[in-house]
Amino acid sequence: MAETEDNSPPPPGGNGWRREYWKKNLRLMVVLLIIWFAVSFGAGILFVEQLNQIVIAGFPLGFWFAQQGSIYVFLLLILAYCLYMDRLDKEFGVYEYDDEPTGGTAEKGGES
Amino acid sequence: MSDIQIWTTIFIVLTFGIYMTIAWRSRVKETEGFYVAGHGIPTIANGAAIGADWMSAASFISMAGLIAFLGYDGSIYLMGWTGGYVLLALLLAPYLRKWGKYTVPEFVGDRYSELVRTIAAVAAVIVSFTYVVGQMNGGGIVFSRFLNIDITYGVMIAAVVIFVYAVLGGMKSITWTQVAQYTVLIIAYLIPAVAVAQTMTGIPIPQVSFGQILNELNALSTELGMEVFTDPFTSRPMVDIFLVTMALMIGTAGLPHVIIRFYTTKTVRGSRYSAFWALFFIALLYTTAPAVGAFTKLNLLQGVNGTATDNLPAWVDNWAATGLVTVNENADVVNSVSNDPTAGADLTVNNDILVLASPEIAGLPAPIVGLVAAGGMAAAMSTAAGLLLVISSSVSHDIWFRYVRRTAGDQERLLVGRIAMAAAILVAVIAGINPPAFVAQVVAFAFGMAASSFFPAIVLGIFWKRCNGIGAAVGMIVGLGFTITYMLYTLEVFGLSAHDHILGVSPEGIGAVGALVNAVVTVVVSLLTPPPARHISEMVESIRYPAPRRVPTGE
Repeated sequence: MAETEDNSPPPPGGNGWRREYWKKNLRLMVVLLIIWFAVSFGAGILFVEQLNQIVIAGFPLGFWFAQQGSIYVFLLLILAYCLYMDRLDKEFGVYEYDDEPTGGTAEKGGES
Repeated sequence: MSDIQIWTTIFIVLTFGIYMTIAWRSRVKETEGFYVAGHGIPTIANGAAIGADWMSAASFISMAGLIAFLGYDGSIYLMGWTGGYVLLALLLAPYLRKWGKYTVPEFVGDRYSELVRTIAAVAAVIVSFTYVVGQMNGGGIVFSRFLNIDITYGVMIAAVVIFVYAVLGGMKSITWTQVAQYTVLIIAYLIPAVAVAQTMTGIPIPQVSFGQILNELNALSTELGMEVFTDPFTSRPMVDIFLVTMALMIGTAGLPHVIIRFYTTKTVRGSRYSAFWALFFIALLYTTAPAVGAFTKLNLLQGVNGTATDNLPAWVDNWAATGLVTVNENADVVNSVSNDPTAGADLTVNNDILVLASPEIAGLPAPIVGLVAAGGMAAAMSTAAGLLLVISSSVSHDIWFRYVRRTAGDQERLLVGRIAMAAAILVAVIAGINPPAFVAQVVAFAFGMAASSFFPAIVLGIFWKRCNGIGAAVGMIVGLGFTITYMLYTLEVFGLSAHDHILGVSPEGIGAVGALVNAVVTVVVSLLTPPPARHISEMVESIRYPAPRRVPTGE
């Protein structure tokens, strides 16, 4: 990741990186929540009657969004969030590795 | 005993044995293990446990039946009970895990004040309790139908099993048992669904193939006096569909027994992926449910349409014994079907039996029927156990040891946690034997209450540093009070009479408005009162970053 070099956040000790990390986090969140709203409340509820005019594989489209499509999109949204945040954490040096837990005590996770 | 009873007994005894074995192997000796499984649950296992914790008797037993009769309008449950995970993953899970203690009230206590913690603990008990009653009753229905055991004894048997593993191992046993329960319930749900999809359409993927029968289903539904299956807004106006969906989503993200599961992962990163895996495992069942609803309804209608009442399929007789299916005495031939006992249709079918009866309706063999019964039990028990843990931790950790015994040692805390759990189970059994309404509806009210109390307080606490304790306390009380008042106003409970819905908003949807009221009140009151102390701002700041910063070294 060359861009970390050129574009590197302010030096350690300074807290400018925090504001930038948080801003990027919030921006991602807002984008994902807009999609979340658009597929479920938009396509599934507010515009369901218009979309139902279109029928694909036997499903009226609005009905499909309400009962199937929105759930698939929800799943993709969370996956996108996980992957993007991993990248962001690495870029800003706050990535966790599984062998060093953050809070509480680490313990073996049950053996069954 | 019939074949079905023999197979049901085999599956139930077998699965209960597995749960007990797992519980014994993961019993705990410390408080941390009892409440948050020592923060040591691997991500995918945690996802499966959340799935089982989340999918209750309502999801497994009632939901497909509700969708079968509501058609499009049943989407409120599908979207509402999955969309909340997006909110959880983005707004709550990573931050609460970073903060890393035991209970939801404890977080708001640290963030705001002791008063807010107490309000939250009481709200957690009320919400979880409303929810657990439905689970107990769901377990009872399974026993009474499949094993001919009285519903009272059915509830008691389920309670004893939960008692053993929940009291023994707390969160650790509950989590590993839930992984097993998820496996049982998803197999039990998918096998009959795939089999029915294969026989009816030739495509074994129910999610894809139920599109092919929608036209036929629409036609047959209207013929038998019901609404067109795919048409929106037949039972609720658009505004209500919108609000109920929103209330269920926010409620999902505000339910203490779900939030607490993100405390059990090893890392902040793990909590994000747990949300993904949880929704993945939930989506397997939730995308199948509408297909099960549509297929079963079509099968059912085709089986009874125009049939003489003395010549109906065998499942009608089997289920008539439980009182959940009734044939109108004055009818000779079935010309109308309904789920509403007051509609006076020729055949009345209760929503709650459709999933349990679907293998019989489709003519599948007895072992599959038994498997579905075990799946229903797994769904009810896994959720009940998670809820009982929240009740016990709120009562012991957030109330008892804050006000009565501040200086107790670890052994005493563990003992009191176990006693609180046992007491909660006892009360749940008594309430579960006499439940107020349909299982899924009872659960829907718990969501409204969770939406209007916890969610705004926690989200504002994380994203707005200026939010203070007085604001959060007033907001929670006003939001929850508003929601409960409207529910009492529109429902016939506690001897009150039911009033008309205002602006078409049903009691299930009011939680969304309650959450908004809560948020507005919290913001206004916070701005009118002094800002929170410096160490609280620092705490909020610290939970926003997963790990201490290490400067990226040269790449």
